[in-house]
Amino acid sequence: MTELDFTGLVTKPSQVWGGIRLVPLVRETPIEDLRLRRELFRDALLAVEAGDGTTYSSYIPHGMVADWARDGSWRAAYGTQLCDSYDDLYDDHDMPLESVPMHRLVQRAGSQRVRFLPLHLALDGYLALHFGGPSVLWDEWSKRALRRGLSPRAERAYAGSEIPELADALRVFEIHPGQCGMLLYAADALAAAFVVPHPDDYRALHATLLTDLYGELVYQHAYYGAGVPEFTARIEDTAEIGSLADLRAAARAQERAWAREHDTVMASGLLDERYAFQELRRMGRYRLTRFLPPFERQREQHIGEAICDLKGRVAYLKTIRLSEAQVRRGHLLVQLARHDWNLEDTAAALGATPVELVRRIRSAGFDGLLKRQVVESAQRGRWDG
Amino acid sequence: METYADLVAAEDVLLFVNAAITSTAQREFRSDAHEQRMSLDFLHEYVRVNYRELYAATLALDINDHNAARIIQRLLVTAGEADPGQKRAEGRLIAARLAVLPPQRVYRIFAELRRAKVNNRRTRAIVRDWLAGRRDPAFDAVKYRAGLKTAVRHAHLPVADELGDFLFAPRARTRYTHALLETRRRARYEQGALYELPYTVAEGFAARHGIPRAVFLERIAPRMTRLEQLRLQESARTHKAAVDTDLTRMPLTRLASYVLSLDLDVRAGRRAELTGALRAAARRIAGPYAGTWGRVAAVLDDSFSAYGSGQKRRRPLAVALACHFLLAELAGSYVPLWTSGRADALLVHPYGHTPLGMRILDALDHAPERLVIVSDGWDNAPPGLAGEVLRVWRTRLDPQRRTHVVHLNPVYDADSFDVRRLAPSVPTAGVRDAGDLPALVELAQFAEGRTGLAELRAYLDEKVKIFTGNAT
Repeated sequence: MTELDFTGLVTKPSQVWGGIRLVPLVRETPIEDLRLRRELFRDALLAVEAGDGTTYSSYIPHGMVADWARDGSWRAAYGTQLCDSYDDLYDDHDMPLESVPMHRLVQRAGSQRVRFLPLHLALDGYLALHFGGPSVLWDEWSKRALRRGLSPRAERAYAGSEIPELADALRVFEIHPGQCGMLLYAADALAAAFVVPHPDDYRALHATLLTDLYGELVYQHAYYGAGVPEFTARIEDTAEIGSLADLRAAARAQERAWAREHDTVMASGLLDERYAFQELRRMGRYRLTRFLPPFERQREQHIGEAICDLKGRVAYLKTIRLSEAQVRRGHLLVQLARHDWNLEDTAAALGATPVELVRRIRSAGFDGLLKRQVVESAQRGRWDG
Repeated sequence: METYADLVAAEDVLLFVNAAITSTAQREFRSDAHEQRMSLDFLHEYVRVNYRELYAATLALDINDHNAARIIQRLLVTAGEADPGQKRAEGRLIAARLAVLPPQRVYRIFAELRRAKVNNRRTRAIVRDWLAGRRDPAFDAVKYRAGLKTAVRHAHLPVADELGDFLFAPRARTRYTHALLETRRRARYEQGALYELPYTVAEGFAARHGIPRAVFLERIAPRMTRLEQLRLQESARTHKAAVDTDLTRMPLTRLASYVLSLDLDVRAGRRAELTGALRAAARRIAGPYAGTWGRVAAVLDDSFSAYGSGQKRRRPLAVALACHFLLAELAGSYVPLWTSGRADALLVHPYGHTPLGMRILDALDHAPERLVIVSDGWDNAPPGLAGEVLRVWRTRLDPQRRTHVVHLNPVYDADSFDVRRLAPSVPTAGVRDAGDLPALVELAQFAEGRTGLAELRAYLDEKVKIFTGNAT
């Protein structure tokens, strides 16, 4: 599986507020045997183990709880009752669960329930990219690089509430019947994708888009970008329209044209990219995964997490768009790792000189990994390898 | 020959009328109170300066009370700019409008005038005449005590001995001869007396005496006004107090608001009662016109934006629901089409997107004689389709104008200084109260842009004549 499969999701006309465009995704048949809920962490600071002795600390407003049904029937968590539908199980589906302290990014909670931290799975995947540092200790790398790897590795993100106009855009957005997802554009650049299994889940989770975190690109686009135009429908006033049925057909064609245009042009950066998926947990016939893009520079790159079924169709998805600087950092790390952290080989592969490569490593903020004299001589234009 | 300036003038005035019907400077779904107030204040100022006579004449139309109050106040504040003829006409209009405004609004206007330090002879005469027309000054002194006090003080009016003491020296007397004043005095000490006072006054005393809410509501119920009874229905229900009211007597749009405030289960349970009341209210408005409109189709907006705002809760939807029942009475045969696709009007609630274009196509399928669209004009699935459908249909399929289309919009769009339009070819009018629907459909003809200033003036003159003639 290398691509995101949006089968079953239909694009509906976008709704625009200022510089924010929200594109609803509707499921014709909702997924009934996987459901998501939200749990609030309120103002607790969260520190979870990343698995290799390191700790992932952050403030997270809410976590997700995924329940799945075995053989299509819902079972209450403590065996108290059997019921057919998930909504019978929880009358107050919109109410978030009470939080339980988490020790892992993904944590099992009963035989058919998993709790996880949305977006942080994806972010953790990006931050931990080649986190261990050089695999071969060439001369140029410092002792620190060997001892501590890339630590501390930091990236900046913005809360949704900081993004201008996003709060109003989400407030006045009219949720479609059957809507299970949303693509969020800032100044017509795809900022985030959000997909859930069931329309009721979407309704309950719509507002969480405001508390989610977004890349810095989104913030800049929303802040500096002007309002975006609506793609208004146009019907040609030609002699071909001779009856109401013709007019109706022309109107339908407009709806289809928008969906096609959107999927092939506006969302192509997300949908046509090839991703590296990493499976985190099996959940019945679903898999919780996170994925990383190939870190191609000058291209739209998204990281994210997804729950997919066995055929790879997306049931849950949340993405963050990386900024150009973040893509460059990822690209650099991937290239270094591919050439066993050998600077000369990497430079050759990138079509640059080692001096230029050192400068790039420095401007990416990784110069602490190199020995000081290597960096200093590179600044004077000399290769000291 | 109409000049360009005349067309602009006609357009400006219609713009203002639409704003004055819909906007109350309160929060709407897509703009906050501040934006609404800024936008509305600008329009008032612009129209008053440029078309003072027309500005005053709008008092004769069905504009909302908030804007009527603003107009009256602005006219009095800037009286110096008017010539004697204008002043006479304005005076008649103001007096006629004050007579139909609710008293609390009028007292608020007087207080505003005092704050603005407007105290010329004309203003004093207006206050005097209005107060002279009140049925019982003692009742006003009890119910609108602060308002009346400010008004008589500002207009230098003499008040009769007992009333004067009641307002300005309440401790001077140990008893009053007027029954209501005496009750008001006794209510301070005696629980039984407060049930003879108006509801709003009694409420304060009830709190003072610590009377349980349920007991209070039940006993004060006969003293409530019609709208107070309607407003307190659900409050009384939660306290298990019986506040009986006859829903069939209520105004249509208020009743629709009340129905929409109920849970869906409750509405389904009381279906016969609520539908009956709504029909009765609609029949009262339709009067002699019932069944005269022929084949009517209506596209009614119950998308999420029909929720309005916390201040104007479900107002756009209430207007649509009221229009639905009114059109059902006016029409010979009637097809309602809600944007959500629901068929049961009693169970509508604000939900989902606005596929206005598709619903208009559905409506046109029925080949109606009249098509009425009640929507806030934010057509978003896909955007602009409604306008395109109406345009192409008019040019290609119905150039003879067999079907008469009108768009009624309950929401003022602060950014465009007007209600939002669907298409230039479709007349759009602001709507506040479904009861004004027949008059608005008439007014909307001007909005098609074909009629000029002369005709608009004639229309307004006619309205003014009827309005001032009836009131004086």
